[in-house]
Amino acid sequence: MYKITEKKILNDFVVQMLIEAPLVANKAKPGQFIILRVDDNGERIPLTVAGVNKENGTVKIIFQIVGGTTEKLAHKEQGEYIADFVGPLGVPTHLDGIKKVCIVGGGVGCAIAMPIAEKLHEMGADVTSIIGFRSKDLLILEDEFREYSDTLRIMTDDGSYGEKGNVTLPLKEMLENGEKFDMIITIGPLVMMKFVVLTAKPFEVPVTVSMNPIMIDGTGMCGGCRLTLNIEGKKVTKFACVDGPDFNGYEVDFDEAMSRGRMYSSFERHAHEDTCNLFKKEVE
Amino acid sequence: MATANMSPTRNQMPTQDAKVRAHNFDEVALGYSEETAINEAMRCLNCKNMPCVDGCPVKIHIPEFISAIKEGEFEKAYQIISKSSSLPAVCGRVCPQETQCESKCVRGIKGESVGIGRLERFVADWHNTFSKEEPVKPESNGHKVAIVGSGPSGLTCAGDLAKKGYDVTVYEALHTAGGVLVYGIPEFRLPKSIVAKEVETLNKLGVKIETNVVIGKTLTVDELFENGFEAVFIGSGAGLPNFMGIPGESLNGVYSANEFLTRSNLMKSYLENPETPIMKGGNVAVVGGGNVAMDAARTALRLGADKVYIVYRRSMDELPARREEVEHAQEEGIEFNLLCNPTEIIGYNNPDNPKDPLNGFVKGMRCIKMELGEPDANGRRRPVPVPGSEFEIDVDTVIMSIGTSPNPLIKVTTEGLEVNSRGGIIVNEDGLTSRNAVYAGGDAVTGAATVISAMGAGKTAANAINEYLKEKNAENLDNIVGMSYNIK
Repeated sequence: MYKITEKKILNDFVVQMLIEAPLVANKAKPGQFIILRVDDNGERIPLTVAGVNKENGTVKIIFQIVGGTTEKLAHKEQGEYIADFVGPLGVPTHLDGIKKVCIVGGGVGCAIAMPIAEKLHEMGADVTSIIGFRSKDLLILEDEFREYSDTLRIMTDDGSYGEKGNVTLPLKEMLENGEKFDMIITIGPLVMMKFVVLTAKPFEVPVTVSMNPIMIDGTGMCGGCRLTLNIEGKKVTKFACVDGPDFNGYEVDFDEAMSRGRMYSSFERHAHEDTCNLFKKEVE
Repeated sequence: MATANMSPTRNQMPTQDAKVRAHNFDEVALGYSEETAINEAMRCLNCKNMPCVDGCPVKIHIPEFISAIKEGEFEKAYQIISKSSSLPAVCGRVCPQETQCESKCVRGIKGESVGIGRLERFVADWHNTFSKEEPVKPESNGHKVAIVGSGPSGLTCAGDLAKKGYDVTVYEALHTAGGVLVYGIPEFRLPKSIVAKEVETLNKLGVKIETNVVIGKTLTVDELFENGFEAVFIGSGAGLPNFMGIPGESLNGVYSANEFLTRSNLMKSYLENPETPIMKGGNVAVVGGGNVAMDAARTALRLGADKVYIVYRRSMDELPARREEVEHAQEEGIEFNLLCNPTEIIGYNNPDNPKDPLNGFVKGMRCIKMELGEPDANGRRRPVPVPGSEFEIDVDTVIMSIGTSPNPLIKVTTEGLEVNSRGGIIVNEDGLTSRNAVYAGGDAVTGAATVISAMGAGKTAANAINEYLKEKNAENLDNIVGMSYNIK
């Protein structure tokens, strides 16, 4: 059992928790993920590590409520326990040698982007962050990004905060103005990452994308997290859990990944509704 | 004592009716009664040279335990088996006895061999149901050994070392102990309560099991030594599933057998209202002919599939699955498409509606007929495609069951650990790897193989670890007290 030592509501859909897991806290690096189960018979879900505190042995997770499991997790309170918490899994984001970086985060993906910004800032890199949300209500981690970024651009789809538009707008503008990034690191919805890659392509800037496919064990056993890379004209199958979750954005077959991401979407919707109804009944 | 039973045929194993069991996850084989077990035991001639023991990878004293059954001494029979096997209830169910102990049985020359596996299962189940005997935790010798993975090789190695007084900790990556016994082998062939019982027995022997620890990630092998372990056994099992490399394998509805079985078994997707989803119903094709393929096909059927096909590129004679599993599958209505190989998985795509929810899901599979050509290097006749024989089958789910490659996590984080070209850890006859005090066995070494061969490897390594640590600690004692011990 793993204790929830702190819980913070970041917005109506996004929750932050600190989980007591000293072995994971001791090892986790930016870009790696954990897998948790809320209770027995629960589903295993992967979540990227949003930070660690080695002294307290805690791991920070930030998640969006999308299905039954995240709904159930969101109902857990500080001091309560979850059944399983394993990690750190995956390969840490490769940050060595980066002097000037552009970090592009979308929605809850910003939770994963933030520790990368923090680490690069700590390493003395020049950090530009572009973070995007649907609206002001969904904005998270603004203060943290301000602290770790030399330049910060906040975008909202509806213009209710920051600038109106997609994250690709300021990215394109900066690249056109001759900004020379060693690397663009992008984390968010697949469609956003796809367009960040397309935006960067004419400027030949390397792009690292963080994939978050469906997975079960997370240790290279089930193969559910496979994705296709196009490497020098050849299609290669890779596994996000052991080969990733970071990949060269120019090689990823995003359309296939988006299609695979929809495999259980109707199940997820039902599971979420069922779980919500259960909690409603409890309240009644 | 009654006279020997000279019937040329063995006692039938009662099973659930095929039509009924095709729709439930209860165990298929129901086990012998006491009377049947004694009757079957009477068929054993108690041969002096014990050919059956030679056929057993863990060298169970077979005639001895069968003699105990003849006398109705079922607990004694259990104690005899458990001297050699840490998982008797498991082996009695999933071992391919027909190619091991039973293949050597003298009774098999003019008739059917003694049902050794069925007797082993009977004895273990009898013990689990009736015995009050608790395993006794041996006195600790104060030496710590770490086991990586709680599958059959790890549990065997752990059990054998614990019985010798070692302080054993097993690290398991998943949330439940048992490895392939819980994530891979389905409930209807090996009930999970039986695995849990075997694990509980090990706990009583003093074995500690730490779930949710991925060696190679959470802790490395080197850190285990830093934490005071004096030897490490790696039984991390099979790894990444293989795919064929044909178009359409990333469509929704294409699973590896590992994923499909893990969803159903470990994550309990077979229950009503599961939290972990799985695709159920429709037509299902399972590609491959091993035991895992049979498990996947029969699981799909029980989950409510209309039709389930096994698609295998060679003929029935080469099919590697156990005969019993194949027969059970056939009785349940699994269709075998033999001498047949997939060339493409076809997806649904509505050209008029890019948002059609069915887009990207499997709708069929294109196959080609095969014929057997010249034998290959291993003497197996190589299947070759018959030109122009392509055909399509309507399927909604495709399960690829064509083997796995060893897991890379430990190799890449353990300096000096050598692996072969297929990624299997290289070991000597004692299970020792290229690293001092690091042993390995099971699928991590051999690639996908059987439960019992993994157990055999765990047993070999346990003996070698014991010898190594006895020698090492005797030397240490030499250094400390400056006197010489004869260690053997």
